Amino acid sequence: MPIRLIRQAINGNKPLPPMWRSHPMKGRYDVIIIGGGAHGLACAYYLAQQHGITNVAVLEKRYIGHGGSGRNTTIIRSNYLTPEGVRFYNEGVKLYEEMSAELDFNVMFSQRGHLTLAHSDAAVRTMRLRAQVNQVEGVNSRLIWPDEIKRLCPWLDVSDKPRYPILAALYHPPGGIIRHDAVVWGYAHQADKRGVHIHQNTEVTGITVEKGVVTGVQTHHGFVEAGMVLNATAGWCSTICAMAGVKLPVTTVPLQANVTEPLKPFLDVVIVSGSLHVYVSQSDRGELVMGSSVDPFTSYSMAGTLSYIEDIASHILELLPALSQVRVLRQWAGICDMSPDFSPMMGFTGVNGFVIDVAWGTGGFKAAPVAGKMMAELIATNKTPALIEPFRLARFYEHDLVGEKGATAVGH
Amino acid sequence: MLILTCPNCGPRNVAEFRFGGETNPRPTDPSAVNDAEWANYVYMRQNKAGVEAEWWYHRAGCGLWFLAERDTRTNEVLKTYVWRPES
Repeated sequence: MPIRLIRQAINGNKPLPPMWRSHPMKGRYDVIIIGGGAHGLACAYYLAQQHGITNVAVLEKRYIGHGGSGRNTTIIRSNYLTPEGVRFYNEGVKLYEEMSAELDFNVMFSQRGHLTLAHSDAAVRTMRLRAQVNQVEGVNSRLIWPDEIKRLCPWLDVSDKPRYPILAALYHPPGGIIRHDAVVWGYAHQADKRGVHIHQNTEVTGITVEKGVVTGVQTHHGFVEAGMVLNATAGWCSTICAMAGVKLPVTTVPLQANVTEPLKPFLDVVIVSGSLHVYVSQSDRGELVMGSSVDPFTSYSMAGTLSYIEDIASHILELLPALSQVRVLRQWAGICDMSPDFSPMMGFTGVNGFVIDVAWGTGGFKAAPVAGKMMAELIATNKTPALIEPFRLARFYEHDLVGEKGATAVGH
Repeated sequence: MLILTCPNCGPRNVAEFRFGGETNPRPTDPSAVNDAEWANYVYMRQNKAGVEAEWWYHRAGCGLWFLAERDTRTNEVLKTYVWRPES
């Protein structure tokens, strides 16, 4: 990147070449990926980079990163509760650690440490269990007490004055935040360079299935033949699966977030409270990025509500009373594909050639690299990798759920 | 702010209600369905992007469970009504 900057200065600052190009739609692609978010683009990148499959199209209804990839609170961590989840997300953290070099693009991953606060005996017990599951799986994660919490974050009120005093915290040093758009653009750039076609403003209106086999995808630019189709559309995944006649145990619920005006850097850990339903971190621009639990009813609407702002402000002030004069700058919502056991669904469906990477609920962004890599392997080899086998859709028919209470925004 | 019209109490703030999910009729004879059909009933949802019929409970009001037709894309509520055996 710096060499590119020097070249730009010498060349008189001509416009840089675009990071990804537009192409005319081909009549047939070996793989069509529906959804141009971090998951879909990561899968396209790994298909081309690891498996040499380059006749791939990514179809995006709006612009890439318009959905959850551009609306999350950018937290990366692997301190989950189930062994299956911890193993999976830990692979994700490792891929994020190498990402800037791998994609030749600075994704600004800041592993600043992640604190999940416990405000009740029950929460302390859950944190202790999570710490031990994490340690068994080789993840750096431990239970710490208010004195150490205060050292890590002097701004937190660890006294017994708040209604829900801080009793302990699960401390996860490798957790952190990232520049989420850079992840999307980096994957798009590298996938495009290897021949993947990215079609923005291309909405899928139907999926053609003949005798149980996917044959192609109907878009509002016409029909495209496909060898395989991947649904990576997060909040909209039920609507895409319905086109192929696949039932999903998913409900779509908005999750709201907001940022405050920029402040001088003062918060160098990520703070999460499951009991108060908040998480907060400070971005590189100085804004405090905050998120909450999901809205109380299902919806595909991405409008914010006043009650959300009132709730999150009161909860944040319980934790960080010094922020009482800070103003909220922006508020938004993203729609989450909630799963009954808070674990995702990846892999084969009843329809041949139609595979899914969905049901990420409130925490899919951190999984994008590993999910993309695993789905690329699944598509290339036609076999489910062992790492994602527990997350198959068929688990709901086999009564073999993966209850992930360590998921984002799940109360404890 | 979404306003819901409780069939008993009239238009009220949505914060007074609890969402009960899309209507999902239980198989009339549970012992007659196979495991896959039962799993479909327990887990699988239509999750429509459009008008869906759904349950609401007036938790902070009269305590009535009732039905609403709402467009999930816009949150516009088309109608609310009391459940009847034939409906």
